[in-house]
Amino acid sequence: MSPYAVKLAIRHLFAHPGQTALLMAGVALGVSVFIFMSALIGGLANLLTLRTVGSIPHIVLERPDRDPAILQVGGSAQVVLQKDLSRREQIAIWQPAIPIIENTGGVIAVSPQIRGSAFVERGQAIAPVGVIGVMPGKLSAIADIDGAIVDGSSSLPADGILIGSRLARDLGLRVGQVVRLSSDRGRARSFRIGGIFTLGIASADRQAVYMNFTAARALFDLPTGISRIEIKVRPATAAPRIAERLRQSTGLKATAWTEDNSQLFEGLDAQARTGTIIKAFSLVTIVIGIASAMLLSIVRRQSEIGIMRAMGASKGLVVSIFVLEGTLIGLVGAVVGALAAWLALLPLPPVTEVRNGGLPIDRAQGDFLMAVLLTTLAAMLASILPARNAARIDPVEAIGQ
Amino acid sequence: MSAETIFSVSGLTKGFGEGEAGALVLKGIDLAMEAGEMAALLGPSGSGKSTLLTILGTLMRASGGRHEMLGVDLMQASDAQRTEFRSRYLGFVFQFHHLLPDLSALENVMMPAAAAAGRETLAMRQRAMELLDAVGLADRRDYRPSAMSGGQRQRAAVARALINNPVLVLADEPTGNLDRQSADQVMDLIRSINRASDTSFLISTHDEHIAAQCRRRIELLDGRIVRS
Repeated sequence: MSPYAVKLAIRHLFAHPGQTALLMAGVALGVSVFIFMSALIGGLANLLTLRTVGSIPHIVLERPDRDPAILQVGGSAQVVLQKDLSRREQIAIWQPAIPIIENTGGVIAVSPQIRGSAFVERGQAIAPVGVIGVMPGKLSAIADIDGAIVDGSSSLPADGILIGSRLARDLGLRVGQVVRLSSDRGRARSFRIGGIFTLGIASADRQAVYMNFTAARALFDLPTGISRIEIKVRPATAAPRIAERLRQSTGLKATAWTEDNSQLFEGLDAQARTGTIIKAFSLVTIVIGIASAMLLSIVRRQSEIGIMRAMGASKGLVVSIFVLEGTLIGLVGAVVGALAAWLALLPLPPVTEVRNGGLPIDRAQGDFLMAVLLTTLAAMLASILPARNAARIDPVEAIGQ
Repeated sequence: MSAETIFSVSGLTKGFGEGEAGALVLKGIDLAMEAGEMAALLGPSGSGKSTLLTILGTLMRASGGRHEMLGVDLMQASDAQRTEFRSRYLGFVFQFHHLLPDLSALENVMMPAAAAAGRETLAMRQRAMELLDAVGLADRRDYRPSAMSGGQRQRAAVARALINNPVLVLADEPTGNLDRQSADQVMDLIRSINRASDTSFLISTHDEHIAAQCRRRIELLDGRIVRS
């Protein structure tokens, strides 16, 4: 690209400032749409993922299934061992696995748990609940129970439990009251309600009961083992990969959250594709706009191009002047559009603070650099064809001699 | 002044279209010019003056015949070679000034040199200033063509034709759009440049007053040279 081509391209742009500004504004608008769509689609995906995975474990480690083995295949008979139900479904030796899990890349929280089914009894009212026995300090490792407490406190003494607000409402329970819990192991004990939480997930608010790890051991008759290990990872999307690594390192059955939420992924995928289509259309609009503007500019400058060619300007020089002109329109328009989009998105709250009805826009996913690069490239490509036409102009015809 | 031949054409023909609808505009031109010559090309409209100038200027290829300049066979040369040849050895002045509207007078004069080199240099700028001074436009160097009179524009166009020190300047009705006074100024300019340098001028015109200022007359009639 010769300096003279750069000079002439810039002169052309300044020769009709109003038209140039209008063209650049069109490009800027297209780029803003591109960035807005990227930020919205990305933010929406974040919000949905956050809402879905915020309160659930990303990976659950359990004892591997004891699938009945096939002893003999073939012939007319198949001999199969019966599932072994003589032992409790538990992770018997779990302490050595904890440091291994904690040191695995991406893992941010580990919570060994004792789980079981129980009934809450108060007078004649009975409600089935899922009891989660958590270790001290691990209460909020998976779901933010501390932050969800609406009444009472989140401390868990040996005789205390935390219950969901819907359960409290159904049974008319309040903080400080004592209820009786009967486990599916035939054991029963009384507990004092220390706190009531609202997670916003109906099943948890109606059925989850949190209690002290030691109390859960007694209630479910599990002196040494645990039921499962729940894990949070970052980023949540890395869960399947980390789950596979944990399965290999611990020998336990590892289930990533994605396995139970494939519909969410399909939805996010469809949404991302829609976004890509909209972005592609905004790029195509930019290409068409710049190509037609360049064609018009070349028609208007036909005699100038002819005179330059007659005076010895090479075809290459003519091509580079007009390609540069189109590229500059794209580049300046894109930068202005990116800046405008950035400023417009600045006052919007982060995705985590989006209230109902607000747009979940994630500025970080605005793809600003990609938008500028793609637009500039598109503008360059859009001007190549008109510029080649310009270089083919016959000087004799153009000058009208 | 040397008597070196700068170009020669022989049996040069140019036809447009094909078959019965086709027309032969040049019907076998034999012509040569020497360095330092100043010739008027005369003939009525449609006699083929512009076509001949366009071919001599390598802007168009002849249909047949021989076309040589400075020892180069221009019939055989590629488009790129002809473009480079044009840039190095030829200068043009047209009936309409054809200055680029977005460039100043100085930049317009520099244009043919800058387009060939891909950049504007200090030497080009100095040469362009000298030429503008020579054509009496030193004080108009920063003016755009739109701010100049018709005569000034045409004088700037003459300066532009000379920036690459051409061997031959082809001028097609250079004073056709000018009033008598401006036309005389432009012709005085061309004559003085021709006298001061070895640059040859071939000026097409149908104005006897202009032709009278040239040392040689070449008359064209219906595609043939009737006097040279």
